[in-house]
Amino acid sequence: MKNTMIIGATLAVSLAGLAQADTLRLLTWGGYAPENVIEMFEKETGHTVEVTLSNNEEMIAKLRATGGGGFDLAQPSQDRISGPQAEFGIYKPIDLSRIDASQFIDSMLAATKANTTIDGAVHAVPHVWGTSGLVIDTAKADMVRDYTDLCNADLAGKVSYRLKRPTLIGFAFAMGMDPFAAYDDPAAYAEMMEKVEAKLIECKPLVKTYWGGGDELMGLLRSGEVTASMAWDTGGWKLNGEMPDITFVAPASGALGWIDTFALPAKGQADDAAYDWINFVMRPEVSAMITEAAGNFTASKGADQFASDGLKAQFQASFPQAAIDNIKWYPPVPAGLEAIEGGILDRVKAAN
Amino acid sequence: MTPDLECRTLCKRFGDTLAVQDVSFSVAPGSFFSILGPSGCGKTTIMRMIAGFLEPTGGDIRIKGRSMLNVPPNKRPVNMVFQHLALFPMMNVADNIGYGLRRAGLPKSEIVRKVGEVLERIGLPGIGSRRVDELSGGQKQRVAIARCMVLEPDVLLLDEPLGALDLKLRERMKIELKSLQAAFDTTFVYITHDQSEALVMSDQIAVMNHGVFEQVGTARDLYYRPETAFVAGFVGDSNRWAGTVEQVDGSTVALRTAEGLLIRSRAQGKALAKGEAAEIFLRPEAIRVARDAADLAQFDNQVSGVVSSLLFNGAASRILVRDEVGEEIEVTLPQSGEFATLSRGAPVRIGWSGDQTTCFARQG
Amino acid sequence: MQSQARLGFFLLLTPLLLWLGLLILIPHVDMALLSLRERVGVGQYTTSLANYGIFFGEPLYMWTFLRTAVMSVLATVITLIIAFPVAYYIAKMARGRTRSALFLLCLVPFWVSELVRTFGWMILLRETGLFSSLLQWAGLATGPVEMLYNDAAIMVGLVYTSMLFMVVPLVTTLESLDDAVIEAGYDLGGSGLSVLREIIIPHAMPGIVSGSIVVFMLSLGNYLTPTMLGGKDSLWFTELIYSQFIVRFNWELGAAFGFMLLFLSSVIVWGTLRLTGQTLERTMG
Repeated sequence: MKNTMIIGATLAVSLAGLAQADTLRLLTWGGYAPENVIEMFEKETGHTVEVTLSNNEEMIAKLRATGGGGFDLAQPSQDRISGPQAEFGIYKPIDLSRIDASQFIDSMLAATKANTTIDGAVHAVPHVWGTSGLVIDTAKADMVRDYTDLCNADLAGKVSYRLKRPTLIGFAFAMGMDPFAAYDDPAAYAEMMEKVEAKLIECKPLVKTYWGGGDELMGLLRSGEVTASMAWDTGGWKLNGEMPDITFVAPASGALGWIDTFALPAKGQADDAAYDWINFVMRPEVSAMITEAAGNFTASKGADQFASDGLKAQFQASFPQAAIDNIKWYPPVPAGLEAIEGGILDRVKAAN
Repeated sequence: MTPDLECRTLCKRFGDTLAVQDVSFSVAPGSFFSILGPSGCGKTTIMRMIAGFLEPTGGDIRIKGRSMLNVPPNKRPVNMVFQHLALFPMMNVADNIGYGLRRAGLPKSEIVRKVGEVLERIGLPGIGSRRVDELSGGQKQRVAIARCMVLEPDVLLLDEPLGALDLKLRERMKIELKSLQAAFDTTFVYITHDQSEALVMSDQIAVMNHGVFEQVGTARDLYYRPETAFVAGFVGDSNRWAGTVEQVDGSTVALRTAEGLLIRSRAQGKALAKGEAAEIFLRPEAIRVARDAADLAQFDNQVSGVVSSLLFNGAASRILVRDEVGEEIEVTLPQSGEFATLSRGAPVRIGWSGDQTTCFARQG
Repeated sequence: MQSQARLGFFLLLTPLLLWLGLLILIPHVDMALLSLRERVGVGQYTTSLANYGIFFGEPLYMWTFLRTAVMSVLATVITLIIAFPVAYYIAKMARGRTRSALFLLCLVPFWVSELVRTFGWMILLRETGLFSSLLQWAGLATGPVEMLYNDAAIMVGLVYTSMLFMVVPLVTTLESLDDAVIEAGYDLGGSGLSVLREIIIPHAMPGIVSGSIVVFMLSLGNYLTPTMLGGKDSLWFTELIYSQFIVRFNWELGAAFGFMLLFLSSVIVWGTLRLTGQTLERTMG
């Protein structure tokens, strides 16, 4: 009797241990973990993958709520790691020896490592990158070349953007300022943002609505209710496939470049599976599958040659070499900066 | 004199069923008129048509000579005391009584005065500020009547208002209702399935069955001179037999019951022919009990038998007597107490006069 | 025997205590403590009322709260006005199958998620949507009409979402009103309007108040409908709370906002109860 109990208990413990190590709880964006990739990964490694879709803010909020638990691998943008990490300690350092660095585009890996190094330890490696800029209907709103062109009175009621930080930063650049340079000087940053606030309030009567979700914006553009908006590049390209007039345009003052990364939550329990996943999805052929699903390119070396011609053509149309060179990559956001932006956004929303 | 209420060939049809069929009657001013009938006979339908909640299919309703067709309920000079009284639970007693006066647009002081007066008349002065659910059953009853009477209607309709009360209270309220009616001197139209309520209070009673009036008359008429078998059976208690006519002799007939008992009776209404099927009714209190055949000499019906059951009920005690052919006859014992010692199985003789027996040709 | 009864009592009590403790008491205590924390530096906090100071110091927050409260009250009133005849019809006039069918109709929207319901309204109200097209087709409008992204759209969404919660308590209280009482109202000389005012509404008051409390709280705490149907000016208090928690990572201020919402909505409900002379026991019991 006693023996069976002991055996049963050991069995239960070992089973639980196995199951934990085997299941990768992935906190990521839509399209970053397509079904076919998960299937291949599960077949090859024996791990199982549980996907939770989210965005930057919710990822941080979720991990903060549990002190970095509940997930084994997260995919925040590289600029949103050091701030929350300093404040809430929700990630643990990456063991670079377990990452196959040869699969990464060197410059991107280096940049991400630099941006996410805290106390000498690297906290993230790059995965998917892209830009945000303008999606316009070239037949009706061809004059839009920069964020501030969204204030054109000719487009009254046909314009939409998000009331989020990329809008503030995009407008700041278009107004000839450099918000990234002011990141470390809260007073200067606040002053800069106040100018943006004035501009956004001035432009508010022309805005149809501040869009909240990607699907909502797609609907607005597709129905023609909105002809010019701030949006991600992939959204523009996706619509371009359906309606040739609509496309993504890199703004004159520069598209805003982001890199989504891999980071390990502080209380993650399946680091082995997490490293396996990173090394697996960074393979060029797997990365190409993710590019196909998400619409964005990855930091995987050599994945380009697997990407579809259509997407490559769209990318080249939107990004001539000069535009690529002009991409403004987000530097790490210092903790507390969101509070300044938050006040600005609240006041814009409340303005009449 | 114009009757307070007059119904002329009133009809009401619900789909395929005729709930009220060519009913005509008139109610004299200041009288207490009852409609008595089993549930489902159509009496409530008549009342709701008079109150205005139902539109008649045919016929006319006149109050003080004025036709009430197409007059909405709130414009009719009739008021109704509902079966469960329907006092407004959200108002106190004074507001309940004053409701109709407020609707009529009377000034406040006038309303207060009238409510006070009517409360005085129903013997409940000073309860105006009480909540409805603080009243006893009898008090509610009186308030419900006062609520209508304060409006001085031409006709007051009462829809079995005593049904929800317990027996003792019901007995008291019967008398009280009658005196209230006299005090207010208003025409009451009262609906009930309880014959004793109708018999005690009414000046005129209409017995209703299957949508038609069987008989309209005073309580005495209905009790002693029923015109139909239904009335004879419905009003009061009766011994009841089915039989055939054996012999017709002027105003008296001799009938034989299915069991073989011969009964002499006066002929009622239509003359009965020999051999016709008939129904025979005999009230238990019309039967004399005797130990001696000599005591019953004056009766043309005499039966001997044994006591098969004793039904003690104080003043209304009865016995069941089984006769030679096996019929059981219910007999009221005289209140003198001379048969108080009668026991089961004791031989008795009973007799009654043929005048006390009624019979009707069997219908259908 | 007695100890068994006591055991039964505690077993019955346990789920209630767990529910109260784990799901209501502890989270609220936690939120209260959180709202009293002030961030002074990276990862450093002190206890202060600073977050509440921010709420009262920034007119925007007060204004948004006021706006939310007024809009919620308005939504409640509109819901009541629409739901009352519906409930009256269901409770007093419809019979048998019609009645169940009508009840079901009120229930049907709740078989899909709130998100889908709201999207439904977006499809109907948008510039290229059904209503706009119908108006143009009928010649009542010359160009596309935008009915989305404004306060009226929020109101439509809130009323639609709240209908059932008003209809159910109203039907229950109206059902308990004896038909004879209504008839007595007419019989004693009342007109339709006065019967409604003096008899039906006073009787239905507990249902009206409990329905209104539920609808008011649902509207006040609604997030999806105002954010999706509302326009660029349509501030909603829950949106502020969401953005403090999720977008700004400012849980401390978000918690303070949450408590202000709890406190102020309780005050409004209490005030309404006092004003209508109802008590919570009467309306909820």
